[in-house]
Amino acid sequence: MASIGKILRRTFLIGSAAIVGGVAFGVYYVNRPAKNPLKPGEGEAALTPFILIDRNGVTLFAPRAEMGQGVKTTWAALIAEELDVDLDQVTVLHGPAAAAYYNSAMIGESLPNKGYDIANFQHNLGEALGVIGKVLSLQVTGGSTSMKDGFERMRAAGASARETLKQAAADRLGVDRGQLKTASGHVIAPDGTKIAYTDLAADVAQMEPIEAPLRDPSEWRYLGRTQPRLDMVEKATGTAQFGVDVRLPGMKFASVRMNPRLGGQMNGFDDSAAKAMPGVEEIVDLGNGVAVIATNTWLANQAVEAIEVDWGEAPYPPETDAIFAEIAKAFDAAPNSTMRDDGDANTVPEGATVIEAEYTVPYLAHATMEPMNGTALFSGNRLEFWGGNQAPTFMQMKIAEAAGLDTEAVEVYTTYLGGGFGRRAEFDFSVIATKVAMAMPNVPVQTTWSREEDMRHDFYRPGAMARMRGAVKDGKAVLIDGKVASQSCTQQAMQRMTGMPGAGPDKVLVEGFFNQPYAVPNYRMSGHIADLDIPVGFWRSVGNSHNGFFHKTFIDEMAHAAGRDPLEFRLALMRDEHAPSAGCLEVVRDMSGWTGKTPDGVGRGVALTYSFGTPVAQVIEVVDEDGTIRISKAWIACDMGLALDPENVKAQMFGGMMYGLSAACYGEITFAEGEVEQMNFPDYDALRMHTAPQVEVQVLETNRFMGGAGEPGTPPSMPALGNALFDLTGQRARTLPLNKQFNLLV
Amino acid sequence: MATTLTINGKPHQVDLPDDVPLLWVLRDEVGLTGTKFGCGVAACGACTVQIDGEAVRSCQVALSDVWGEVTTIEGLGTPDNLATIQQAWVDHQVAQCGYCQSGQIMQAAALLAENPAPSDEEIDEAMQGNLCRCGTYPRIRAAIHDAAAKMKEA
Repeated sequence: MASIGKILRRTFLIGSAAIVGGVAFGVYYVNRPAKNPLKPGEGEAALTPFILIDRNGVTLFAPRAEMGQGVKTTWAALIAEELDVDLDQVTVLHGPAAAAYYNSAMIGESLPNKGYDIANFQHNLGEALGVIGKVLSLQVTGGSTSMKDGFERMRAAGASARETLKQAAADRLGVDRGQLKTASGHVIAPDGTKIAYTDLAADVAQMEPIEAPLRDPSEWRYLGRTQPRLDMVEKATGTAQFGVDVRLPGMKFASVRMNPRLGGQMNGFDDSAAKAMPGVEEIVDLGNGVAVIATNTWLANQAVEAIEVDWGEAPYPPETDAIFAEIAKAFDAAPNSTMRDDGDANTVPEGATVIEAEYTVPYLAHATMEPMNGTALFSGNRLEFWGGNQAPTFMQMKIAEAAGLDTEAVEVYTTYLGGGFGRRAEFDFSVIATKVAMAMPNVPVQTTWSREEDMRHDFYRPGAMARMRGAVKDGKAVLIDGKVASQSCTQQAMQRMTGMPGAGPDKVLVEGFFNQPYAVPNYRMSGHIADLDIPVGFWRSVGNSHNGFFHKTFIDEMAHAAGRDPLEFRLALMRDEHAPSAGCLEVVRDMSGWTGKTPDGVGRGVALTYSFGTPVAQVIEVVDEDGTIRISKAWIACDMGLALDPENVKAQMFGGMMYGLSAACYGEITFAEGEVEQMNFPDYDALRMHTAPQVEVQVLETNRFMGGAGEPGTPPSMPALGNALFDLTGQRARTLPLNKQFNLLV
Repeated sequence: MATTLTINGKPHQVDLPDDVPLLWVLRDEVGLTGTKFGCGVAACGACTVQIDGEAVRSCQVALSDVWGEVTTIEGLGTPDNLATIQQAWVDHQVAQCGYCQSGQIMQAAALLAENPAPSDEEIDEAMQGNLCRCGTYPRIRAAIHDAAAKMKEA
């Protein structure tokens, strides 16, 4: 445990020494295969951890959390492409928590390079570093990494299984493997005889897998084409099972209340009223909270609300203003990182016009539609957990810790996720469900949080501030110098996962800030960490979610100071720096018919951000309707290199944008007396049918390396909207949410 | 204290206090988990079911106040026998995480029953109580228009 903690800390908060050590260790370890978690029975063959074949059929394993991003379908398509099975004839399962399902792309993403300008060597280094994910059993869905991670490995798994099945058929038929073909789950002999894969299961179970080269993309049938999502029928019929839908024989239902002063102690409680309430079976003292187990979730919730609790104080300043004063104080200390320092940002070029601006964005909740929950069954020496989660191996480890069991004694069953957005990468809900279920051994107990509990006990996107200084001359940007300050999600998450404080430069804090594809000769970007104990975590696009707004609003301010059209100003900075980014801007310009001029009552704004390897440009249009402002239209262009499922990528792009626009318009978590003030959707609203824009998306494929899809749609939305509001009203939005400054349609 | 409800055409005997919301009767007692819990205060629409064809937030209807026959997403159609509106949802690949979609579909089905050819404004009006954090609204709108067209043909 200690050594894993050390490696985690080093590799997440990466420094050059750690890279060298990590690769060496990784390469050594990675040559040994991870244990196959599938345990094939008699007559079954688990050819790789991703493919199980028995007499009844073929099962593919897509051990990434399906939280709406379509990973189940595209992951299965990667395997099916080489295995030659039809997607509608196989079963696709998530599979258990297992080391074999490590994420190889995530750690490569933490390298301190800008991403868009990397050479092949650096790309390969990133891939090599990915093997550390294997050493750490890093089975995580996040960082928009699933396709980068699975792209090579899953096709290789499919190809290997196909060739092994062919060899089994060749042995049976007494012919050479090279004479055989495969299609739709069958090996086909030269005379047309077909042998089903399922018939070969018992044979291949005895064989060593055969390695095989990957097919040329020109032969692809699934990849690069839109597939019907495998989860769509279930989700249109109410039959998809989410964490809250798990039903087990004899199951009880629980509701929980933790200290609303986050991280504070519980001094005591009086449950005399609750005990007498209908349906109540057990009151559980969680040390820093209480839970009630009952026959029905609602009865449990009524009872838990009736408990009188004496809560201790919060370990952070109790009011929002004092919290932001603390964040501002971080600017006075030395920066945690300066990951870009080109030219001389101290000296303003002669004759240049200087502009300065300060920006502030609030703390944000994830507010997944499905509130946090977990179902657990404790049977003395074993614990089973059911629920939606983004990191089953961490979940397993933390549940084991909470239950005082070995990791092997814990089984994690991952369901569909009713939204993740980073929230379900945490493990608090699993640990709470575990502790509650342990109060009632041998009885499955489902603990569901109320919406209020969920809203008020998040790992929030940290509130953040930026101080920007720039200079323009002859219509061009000649200097940009920025500082961002916020709590560090990374350091806090390291502490939670490993029990040790994170250290070193935090790339996540400055992503979307230092690594933007703008050719500005004097360009410096620093990150400052605010020392606060408010729980913070990974919120869709993470650091990019605030830095996108800071950086791209400021670029807009610079364009206006330079007297240039904001889109052309950006293009000029980008053309030679990163062609795919410039391409995205040109496409949204053409899609939207951007002229730089808008009629009275209409405003347009543009922003481009580069995040998770994918540049995304958005143009947003707002209209003034008798004094109320409506977001009417949006145009999006992205370039993620190869788009494995184009319609699904489009859905991720507009979905990511809507998530960002919701936060930009209405999202704000504030504190009073140490407690989060927002309780439920009426005070933490989101875009709805009538407030969401019409949207058009184009997916480009010129980028050299594959980028992510789940998050990159979020960061440009907030500045594009703010810039559109400036175009409409002449008022610059330097703080979010925008409903405090503008009369937005609700 | 036993109450008899008709849910998806079948009678169910329920033994729970009168004030338990229909949502929690369906989910935890009857075992129909297609209807989702989202907020508990009628602010998100995830729990939308129909009572005598009218779309209601089941988190706000007490067991003793259920005034008619209840239809849930499970009663609308099944994976092997999709209702027209559900087929439109599949054709337009609407769902992302999918958690809100039962409620969206029940709301949309009630809209179409009342208004077989809704305009964009009428869709806005009918659907604005149904939240989707994945932002699938453009595809929901397209699926409603498509289902309306298919129902007209039928």
